[in-house]
Amino acid sequence: MPENELIAVAMSGGVDSSTVAALLHRQGLPIVGLTMQLWNQRRLPELISGETTGRCCSLDDVYDARRVAECLGIPYYVVNFEERFERQVVWPFVEEYLAGRTPVPCTLCNNFIKFDQFIELAEGVGARRIATGHYARIEFDEKSGRFVMLRGVDRSRDQSYFLFGLTQAQLARSLFPLGGLRKSEARQLARQYGLPVADKGDSQEICFVPNGDYAAFIRAWLREQGRGEPESRGQVVTTSGKVLGEHPGVHHFTVGQRRKLGVAAGEPLYVIATEPARQLVVVGRAEELLRTSLTAHEVNWISVPGLTAPRRAQVKIRHQHTAAPATLYPGSGPDHVEVRFDEPQRAVTPGQAAVFYDGDLVLGGGWIE
Amino acid sequence: MNRFYFDHNATTPVSPEALDAYVSAARDGFGNASSIHHYGQAAKQKLEAARRQVAEAINCHPKEIVFVSGGTEADNLALLGAVRSCDWKQRHVITTAIEHPAVLNPCARLEREGVRVTYVQVGSDGVVDPGEIRGSLRPETILISVMHANNELGTIQPVEEIAGIAREAGVLFHSDGVQALGRIPVDVKALEVDLYSLSSHKVFAPKGAGVLYVRKGVRLEPLLYGGHHERDLRPGTENVPAAAAFGVACDYLRREAGVEAERLRTLRDRLEKGILERVPVVRVNGSVEKRLPNTSNLCFEGLEGEAMVIGLDLRGCAVSTGAACSSGAVEPSHVLTAIGLPAEKAKASIRFSLGRGNTTEQVDTLIDAVAATAAHLRQLSPTWSVHA
Repeated sequence: MPENELIAVAMSGGVDSSTVAALLHRQGLPIVGLTMQLWNQRRLPELISGETTGRCCSLDDVYDARRVAECLGIPYYVVNFEERFERQVVWPFVEEYLAGRTPVPCTLCNNFIKFDQFIELAEGVGARRIATGHYARIEFDEKSGRFVMLRGVDRSRDQSYFLFGLTQAQLARSLFPLGGLRKSEARQLARQYGLPVADKGDSQEICFVPNGDYAAFIRAWLREQGRGEPESRGQVVTTSGKVLGEHPGVHHFTVGQRRKLGVAAGEPLYVIATEPARQLVVVGRAEELLRTSLTAHEVNWISVPGLTAPRRAQVKIRHQHTAAPATLYPGSGPDHVEVRFDEPQRAVTPGQAAVFYDGDLVLGGGWIE
Repeated sequence: MNRFYFDHNATTPVSPEALDAYVSAARDGFGNASSIHHYGQAAKQKLEAARRQVAEAINCHPKEIVFVSGGTEADNLALLGAVRSCDWKQRHVITTAIEHPAVLNPCARLEREGVRVTYVQVGSDGVVDPGEIRGSLRPETILISVMHANNELGTIQPVEEIAGIAREAGVLFHSDGVQALGRIPVDVKALEVDLYSLSSHKVFAPKGAGVLYVRKGVRLEPLLYGGHHERDLRPGTENVPAAAAFGVACDYLRREAGVEAERLRTLRDRLEKGILERVPVVRVNGSVEKRLPNTSNLCFEGLEGEAMVIGLDLRGCAVSTGAACSSGAVEPSHVLTAIGLPAEKAKASIRFSLGRGNTTEQVDTLIDAVAATAAHLRQLSPTWSVHA
């Protein structure tokens, strides 16, 4: 990389991206800090309770990012991505839930905002590369001529699950300076550099949904759009078809959910599936959640060019899942992959991502059908 | 890196004479202007001198000048004060879609109080049609508010004509003159307005002083309650340094504004010509003739205005797009939307606004920077390659 080439650091105001800015600046690289304004905090006021710290794009976060930039003495700007975020992330997020799937908005944001339109804007202001605070590693493999991705060294913080959709062109322009560090080391660096955010708490999982209450978010968002909550009230049934009770709408449920089912039974019950078409929530025993295979579609390959023959891998089916040994088979369509697990896996959930690993190497991934 | 400032409609640098007046008033006029003693009197003298200077600059009686904290407060006092002092059951206000938020948001507030508000639309030239104002009059109309010059486009509104319509109908007329003062002649007697807003920091004085011209006989309900300052219209110990600096800035305008306006017009035309010659598919937003001599709002079709502003700032040139929201991000401009620009053209628009410090050399540097930034962005832009 040319030494004097401007790098745009995506600064959220959190400790990770602030440390990235400080690290690159310490290396003498020219950087510009950019904060994406993704969500207007004045919207959906009914969701704002007393306890709303850690929401993205709050004025506090912008204040923190600005302070870090000032502390480093780097140029810094806030850029408005609200409209794009709404179109590419929030709207699909709601539609997926209404269709009975469980979406991964962070991946949509990475694919369509951070590593697409943000890269474009960065290049517009003269930065050919961007740097983010993701815990994952990008390396160039001379032999294959491909950019490959590896998990973050800090396994407990590894964010590669959310990054499976990155293309070679996107990887070529991206830097993940924290990929080789542990979170504790990043925090230590932030303290060492005297960054004002060094002791700030971690951000929450879905940045625009306060307190993780996605059903309340969907209700408020639909009301704001002038759409009522869809009438998807229906019955809670067992896998054998026995009616156990009523539910307020299929989008309140996600596969594997155990709590708040609103029905009583002698043994613990889990959501096995939701069927929006028939407005059914199907529940069953823990072992009924187990699946031995899945089909992934819209598969993106990162560290390998594709799949022409069956291949062994470890597959992760949600962020908190431990990648399980499996065999990948080329699917029926060009970007489809059949995953067959060695051992049955709990709660294979439509809408989530299946990400394929070979040890630390991220082979690729796709969406679970 | 040399840095140049081309965003004078946002705010202006403080001139040496205004700074001197500010500092000397803060040092020697620290007394409370309401106090009986020597110190109070010294402050009072400075305050009243400033009042005379502002009055002279806009041709009114000093007693018609009410000092407030800034343009926003002046607009709020005019709108809320005029409407709330009227006890009619039905009250109606006419304003325009291109006003500053300091007018639009008090109107929104009044709507929540049960007042009806008509927002008159403008054509693509960004100039209000007085006929539309006349057509919006109702028996219960009590106030018309139309800005003198628009902050984003620089377009000058037919204020004199609208004042005539208001007078004929027996309706109060307020004009927000924050962008007009110092750039075009402002004579409140000739304009025959009832209320007129001014701001110190747009005319090379520090932030902190605004003025509402209140024609003799116009009744207003105050926004604040306290002492008897500013004829009971604006309680609170007077900000004498800010007023003194504003007064001195007005004095300067009275002497120099005409010559300076012509100098800026020449510079602005040079800037516009230079950009139009070197960058393809650029259009002037709003009327080319009826606008402030220092302002140019250009649409660079197919490129992202936000990236352009940041790119120019990294090259040392300060310009602006749209209006900044609380985080500092850019929001789509309601003014550009009101003149009928689709979202992508509104987002591709940049405002250049010149002022006292700008020179021919600076403008030529800006032209080079704009040409380079636009070429870079166009070469990246997928939408542009479709056009080309």
